Amino acid sequence: MKILVCVGNVPDTTTKVRFAEKNTKFDTNGVQWVINPWDELALTRALELKEDSSNPVVHVTVATVGRAGAEPTMRKALAIGADDAIRIDTDPEDSSFVAYQLAEVIKNEDYQLVLCGIESSDYNGAAVGGMLSEYLDLPSVSAVTGMTFEGADIILSREIDGGIEEVSLPAPFVAVVQKGIAKEPRIPAMRGIMMARKKPLKVVEVAEAETLTNMTEFEMPKPKPPCKMIEAENVAELVDLLQNEAKVL
Amino acid sequence: MNFNLSEEQNLIRESVRDFAEREITPVARELDEKAIFSNDLTKKMGDLGLFGMNIPDKYGGQGLDTLSYIIAVEEIARIDASQAATLAAHNSLGISPIYEFGTESQKMKYLPGLCTGDALWSFGLTEPGAGSDSRGTKTTARLDGGEWIINGSKTFITNGSASISKGCTVQTLTDNDTDNDNGKKSFTTILLESGTKGFKQVCMHGKMMWRASDTSELFFDDCRVPEENILGQVGQGSKIMLSTLDSGRLSIAAMGLGCARGAFELAMNYAQERKQFGRVISKFQINAFKLADMAMKIELATNLLYKACWLKDNEQAYAKEAAMSKLYCSEIAKEVVDEAVQLHGGYGLMKDYNVERFYRDQRILQIGEGTSEIQRLVISRLIGC
Ligand SMILES: Cc1cc2nc3c(=O)[nH]c(=O)nc-3n(C[C@H](O)[C@H](O)[C@H](O)COP(=O)(O)OP(=O)(O)OC[C@H]3O[C@@H](n4cnc5c(N)ncnc54)[C@H](O)[C@@H]3O)c2cc1C
Repeated sequence: MKILVCVGNVPDTTTKVRFAEKNTKFDTNGVQWVINPWDELALTRALELKEDSSNPVVHVTVATVGRAGAEPTMRKALAIGADDAIRIDTDPEDSSFVAYQLAEVIKNEDYQLVLCGIESSDYNGAAVGGMLSEYLDLPSVSAVTGMTFEGADIILSREIDGGIEEVSLPAPFVAVVQKGIAKEPRIPAMRGIMMARKKPLKVVEVAEAETLTNMTEFEMPKPKPPCKMIEAENVAELVDLLQNEAKVL
Repeated sequence: MNFNLSEEQNLIRESVRDFAEREITPVARELDEKAIFSNDLTKKMGDLGLFGMNIPDKYGGQGLDTLSYIIAVEEIARIDASQAATLAAHNSLGISPIYEFGTESQKMKYLPGLCTGDALWSFGLTEPGAGSDSRGTKTTARLDGGEWIINGSKTFITNGSASISKGCTVQTLTDNDTDNDNGKKSFTTILLESGTKGFKQVCMHGKMMWRASDTSELFFDDCRVPEENILGQVGQGSKIMLSTLDSGRLSIAAMGLGCARGAFELAMNYAQERKQFGRVISKFQINAFKLADMAMKIELATNLLYKACWLKDNEQAYAKEAAMSKLYCSEIAKEVVDEAVQLHGGYGLMKDYNVERFYRDQRILQIGEGTSEIQRLVISRLIGC
């Protein structure tokens, strides 16, 4: 069985966000890029499944939609243990566009299991996984926090309100994974980094597709007003400020 | 000129940083306080592939370049000097001389095990009477019926007495007869395994710094080892020592750079949070300028050290740049950490704040593997004084 893990290239979570071109573009200057944290966990679980010889998994591929700037991220995925990588050479415009591009690549190969993170830590669209399964005409299960094999079936667990739901289904399908799918992401060892150099990273031409959305403007959250300290004994002043300035009473 | 690190070197930095923050940060303070050497962290560094980074795959190493290794030491030192000491000493003093000067069978015998993190090897040069003046070595070795007999002692030996220390490369005096051909002392380096009769390894306690690293006294009382345990040739000891120290200097420089970087980050974070007189203290010009100076020194130290590594990787002479890097990086570590403590005010003197540990740990860097004075001596000779 071959698994494909979709991997997004996102700004490091500590990035100071700035916008360019009249607030219509994210300013990528000086940004450190990382594997989208959910995708990294999906990859970790895929590799754990492959390493356990009682499972039928023999190959793990990672795929991304992105320009050459995304290659260090793909190389890291290879260093962690993916067998090969595919980069679809275009900017990831919107969820539908990305899902379409991935579907075009996946269609032509025999992946029985496709894993996607539930969302990406930059745009938080949480849409690619569902759209991808639709384009592939495959079933999908969302918010998956556990995945094990039982004969020909795969058991997935999902967190639901107040408990855990277990579902079992045969491959192929798309699993949209949530945090919890693996304990913590792996750190590539020096040997993995060396081996990644020799693993295939295939660059694929973009497929003809429409972008269905258009970014009009980004907006920063308003800065919090400064904190006012009031001496403990001045209750009257506090009440006055809450009534007349903050207008919350 | 291209100052960009390769994609691989960037990934190595990121991995070692993630490792240090995940595995070492949570335990560093406690290991320092209780002066505990951690077999567990040593093993984890081995699993990550930090031992034998510069030696070929066939001996269990990773076959990476010098700069990749230096980046790894720097990243560990950014979090904890003690673990960086274990790492740097084992690589540049333990593994490297065996790889550079060992016979094929010595390499196959020792190196694979030493690259795993399950076993350490040390380099015994310093003696109570022979510090900066390593030619004052009094430990002797003489051949007797196909065996070397070693007598004497060594002190301050890193990785010499941990439970996983498997042996030491011992610098010995083999011929003190000034009537010999060139009238010079002849030094010979011998591989001595732990467990050899008469070999005593004693952990030294009460260190101010590198408290979670193993520092030891070694005693040799009629230790007998097979003749083939000689490393290199009879009389080649000085050459082995000098070459080992040249590359060892790069490691100490990396520790200085990492220490400075770690202390700078602690200072920067603190100065941007701590408020006095209604403002964060980083907004006071005197503090902002301190931080600017610290950043500049780190930048300069990086450029010098990376250039020395580049020279070595390109098989050009690098002894002068290595000594300069060791001197400069260890001295700016001292200056940067000192200002980092200053920016922390009274809190910087408390063990609850990591900068206190950095302040103690940096102090060895101007002493170990050749003091600052000796580095100046080396540099002045190399520039022709
Ligand atoms: C924690 C730790 C770990 C160590 N690990 C190892 C190890 O693994 N292996 C090993 O072999 N050694 C190791 N050492 C020893 C270290 O390399 C020596 O301490 C160092 O070389 C200095 O020697 P010394 O301490 O005898 O000082 P000394 O040589 O006695 O120096 C005292 C002072 O005199 C100055 N001085 C000496 N000669 C001159 C001169 N000609 N001109 C001007 N000034 C001079 C020195 O600069 C210094 O300031 C370690 C030391 C420590 C503290």
